[in-house]
Amino acid sequence: MGRIVLDKVTKKFGHVEVIQPLDLTIEEGEFVVFVGPSGCGKSTLLRLIAGLEDVTSGEIYIDESKATELPPAQRKLAMVFQSYALYPHMSVRKNIAFPLKMAKMSQVEIDRRVNAAADVLSLTDYLDRRPAQLSGGQRQRVAIGRAIVREPSAFLFDEPLSNLDAALRVGMRLEISELHARLKTTMIYVTHDQVEAMTMADKIVVLQGGVIEQVGSPLELYRNPCNRFVAGFIGSPKMNFIEGDEAANYGAHTIGIRPEHIVVSESNGDWTGVISVSEHLGSDTFFHVHGTGLAETITVRADGEVAFKHGDTIHLSPRVEMIHKFDAKGLRV
Amino acid sequence: MARAVTFNRKTGNTILAWSIGLLIFFPILWTILTSFKTEGQAIADPPLFLMFDWTLENYAIVQERSDYLRFLTNSIIIAGGSTLLGIVVAVPAAWSMAFVPSKRTKDILLWMLSTKMLPAVGVLYPIYLIFIELGLLDTKIGLVVVLMLINLPIIVWMLYTYFREIPSEILEAARMDGASLRSEILYVLTPMAIPGIASTILLNFILAWNEAFWTLNLTAAKAAPLTAFIASYSSPEGLFYAKLSAASTMAIAPILILGWFSQKQLVRGLTFGAVK
Amino acid sequence: MMAPAVMLLLGWMLVPLIMTLYFSFKKYLPLRGGDLGWVGFDNYVRFVSSSSFWPSVSTTLIIVGGVLAITLILGTLLALLLDQPMWGQGMVRILVIAPFFVMPTVSALVWKNMFMDANYGLLSYLWEFFGAEPVQWMSQASLISIITIVSWQWLPFATLILLTAIQSLDHEQLEASEMDGATTLKRFWYIILPHLSRAITVVLLIQTIFLLSIFAEIFVTTAGAFGSKTLTYLIFQRVLESQNVGLGSAGGVYAIILANIVAIFLMRIVGQNLDK
Repeated sequence: MGRIVLDKVTKKFGHVEVIQPLDLTIEEGEFVVFVGPSGCGKSTLLRLIAGLEDVTSGEIYIDESKATELPPAQRKLAMVFQSYALYPHMSVRKNIAFPLKMAKMSQVEIDRRVNAAADVLSLTDYLDRRPAQLSGGQRQRVAIGRAIVREPSAFLFDEPLSNLDAALRVGMRLEISELHARLKTTMIYVTHDQVEAMTMADKIVVLQGGVIEQVGSPLELYRNPCNRFVAGFIGSPKMNFIEGDEAANYGAHTIGIRPEHIVVSESNGDWTGVISVSEHLGSDTFFHVHGTGLAETITVRADGEVAFKHGDTIHLSPRVEMIHKFDAKGLRV
Repeated sequence: MARAVTFNRKTGNTILAWSIGLLIFFPILWTILTSFKTEGQAIADPPLFLMFDWTLENYAIVQERSDYLRFLTNSIIIAGGSTLLGIVVAVPAAWSMAFVPSKRTKDILLWMLSTKMLPAVGVLYPIYLIFIELGLLDTKIGLVVVLMLINLPIIVWMLYTYFREIPSEILEAARMDGASLRSEILYVLTPMAIPGIASTILLNFILAWNEAFWTLNLTAAKAAPLTAFIASYSSPEGLFYAKLSAASTMAIAPILILGWFSQKQLVRGLTFGAVK
Repeated sequence: MMAPAVMLLLGWMLVPLIMTLYFSFKKYLPLRGGDLGWVGFDNYVRFVSSSSFWPSVSTTLIIVGGVLAITLILGTLLALLLDQPMWGQGMVRILVIAPFFVMPTVSALVWKNMFMDANYGLLSYLWEFFGAEPVQWMSQASLISIITIVSWQWLPFATLILLTAIQSLDHEQLEASEMDGATTLKRFWYIILPHLSRAITVVLLIQTIFLLSIFAEIFVTTAGAFGSKTLTYLIFQRVLESQNVGLGSAGGVYAIILANIVAIFLMRIVGQNLDK
């Protein structure tokens, strides 16, 4: 249960084509993350799957049956919204029970499922509170609770963590991953944060301008980005891009090298520059190097204990086997 | 040091604000006090502030002479009827404008407001004539309809701003949760809309209660509400301050109490969302 | 679902409006012969050239302008004060807002009799107490009296809206300007006042629309005597008292045009806000 297939799906708002003809298969039990910059169509795509928007053309299949025309409630999907979308006038218990009540389940069964969900999500003590009395993280859990009680074919998450502060976000990220490990239900997760994509996904779908740029596992995308956009989007800090003569030396229009694939030396190296900013994180150090003549700034990751500072001249050597080559169109060569 | 300065400033603010507040409130306070005096005490020189023989006789006289309860009933029926009728007409309109907006929604809303700007006196005679023709002059039903119409733009507008605050994600969540249109309205929308509807009712009841153009011009003896009842004191005979005060107190007391609950809605309702 | 509300308001607007336009081109005296035929623009010319027209225009301007000046200036000051830290803020706010909920006929009568009466009014005691000759308020200073009464009614509205606007000001902005060395006065001038400009405009426009058609306050105090006849009141007299419907209707058309000029500006502001 939970296999979703999109077949030549498109979506137009007026004359604007926000999703260009698109094929995608989401396998049963997969954790798929749609990632991309804002306006790339990732939320629209999710809403098309949910049935909250109608496709302009193409077909959507859920568990091998055509779902294109089905209303949202009959697609057996559950959704967690960015704003949580809890019903403010209902207690936590009633919020979680709402989809079951709509499905006309017996009260006994409703109670059993709500209590089980509350137990999984540590909400048991809060069942009689209203959403307004809960913290952001708790509200998020209620929204997830409302989704899991239905035992859906797949969960849809629309940027669920973007309203939480940084510390909570890391915690909830883990909880959602754990939940997936436990339930083994298909999850589709939309985010603009590549860290969330990398840490949670079995499969990442990178979108830009309504087009899928690349689909693959986190490490595939990291190792073999198929174009310059994906290369720049996946990985933090971002990949350095160098054009011109240096790139030509490698037989490419542009070369890309990740900060962690550059070796730093005091005395010799391929490139020379001056450190404008050094960020010491303890575990790692990031140098922003100017004056190499290759690009405005080259970012380099070094060991946490390296003692260079602002104004020092350093030498950089890229690990040649880690260099990504792109042609003039930005495609991988 | 800083704390001491703050404390002094706060004390100063408090004294100043309370003085001004009491000064502004004084005419109301004085009216209420005078209503408990005898007519002689009401015009005593120097004026009596609290040291007088408190009496309720004015209230009894006002009721007996001019049948206060009848005017009160008229006021309640007219203000309440026009408000409820307005809500019945406005809820579907505001609902569709908030949840199914079209390109014309904004224009329709603004046009509705513009009807509120129509000066009453400009259409006084036509309305008067229509009322005579239809036999509505000095009837409660006539006033209910007219006050409903003059407040309808405000009712639609207020409801629209409240409905628009209901996030669309909630409605989508309900759809995902399998709610039919009926359950969506019954279990999600209505409970969320009720506070807004209640506020709208409150403010418009107050506005209708205090309306004093159409109520004065379209009623005589039968359907006259409290505004007209008070206006009848404008050509008095003999000593009447205490009785005027008692009548006034009875006319404004219910609304003062309701009004205090509606401070926030007042801003929203009367500025059409232009001030937040 | 908008249809009922739209149809009702459309009817409410168009039917009387067309009738008023129709009458304005007729010689129409219901009590002296009824419909006496078409007269073209005669009524429009006569309304403007009658001896009462220009005085009524200036009276209207003085009352509207006076009330606007008083309520906006005092309202701003009062709103600033109420925004300060103090004890019993909520209670003071209630005291200040109360007059808005008093029905117009009550406030006009209470002021006229209990405060502004030359013999028994509290103001007369006050004047005598300081050795001054009591003023015959309603006859000698009718405009000042009416402006006072109406300002008392509308000051709460201005204060409440301006207070809401002040409270929406980001306090970090004020702190930033304090760090930048701005004095209290400069902070008011360069930060608070610009922030309030929108709210002030809204108050100005809404009050203008309501003030142009004040009626009860004049009806129960001077009944238009002693130079207190506004345009609205003049039209009312032409239509209902002297039953010269054609002439009054022409006046009504003028009033509608005047109100619409103000309304256009208000609509523009409200409309901008809708887009957000």
